[in-house]
Amino acid sequence: MTIRLQREPFDAASEAGKLTRGRSDIGAVVTFTGICRGDEAGAKLVAMTLEHYPDMAQAEIARHVEEAEQRWLLKGVTVIHRFGRIEPGEDIVLVVTAASHRHEAFAAAEFLMDYLKTRAPFWKQVEYADAARREKVWVDAKASDDALADRWVRPGGRREAAE
Amino acid sequence: MKVRYFAWVRERVGKPEEEIEPPATIATVADLMRWLAMRGEEYAHAFENPKVIRAAIDRAHVKADTAISGAREIAFFPPMTGG
Repeated sequence: MTIRLQREPFDAASEAGKLTRGRSDIGAVVTFTGICRGDEAGAKLVAMTLEHYPDMAQAEIARHVEEAEQRWLLKGVTVIHRFGRIEPGEDIVLVVTAASHRHEAFAAAEFLMDYLKTRAPFWKQVEYADAARREKVWVDAKASDDALADRWVRPGGRREAAE
Repeated sequence: MKVRYFAWVRERVGKPEEEIEPPATIATVADLMRWLAMRGEEYAHAFENPKVIRAAIDRAHVKADTAISGAREIAFFPPMTGG
């Protein structure tokens, strides 16, 4: 697995290529890219800034990649999460999953994204375009994201962060 | 032990991290939040609603009733909004 937390942009196509180059056992690659939208709840954004807890983010993402590898037969996983200031239209996060067949690749990518949204220690702060709201505002967690992550909890599974 | 604060918890407390020595009666993460809240106005503001604050011990998520004995690093932060 490859996990990188970085300030710099990434190249999704090149990262997917690195997983498959020279291999003939991979039949499916899913590449998901999360992109900074230009609005949050209808208000126009200038930029968003992501704060993170570096050591924990690395460990927490690795734990979830390992869990994905236990649940599906994967041939490769790459997760890249950016931090710092990101403007609308720029990439934020990349998940690439490679498998023999599409089902595993799709499921693992969705699983990893659902967990990244709710469990990886990153926090978004937005800057609105409206001069009257120029201060930075922390984005609230969405209950709908928690519900999406909860779909993957197996009976008796762990979910320590839930209150 | 070292405590670290992130996002609006960090902003309210006014610092990203510090060393603390809570008394032995402080047994759990919830106890520690109550103890921190008594350290001053900024802490009271940061921990005014402990139910919304998440915690990690030594870089793994924990619940509020988790024991803190032996912890080297405890972090407090709002619900995560990555991805």
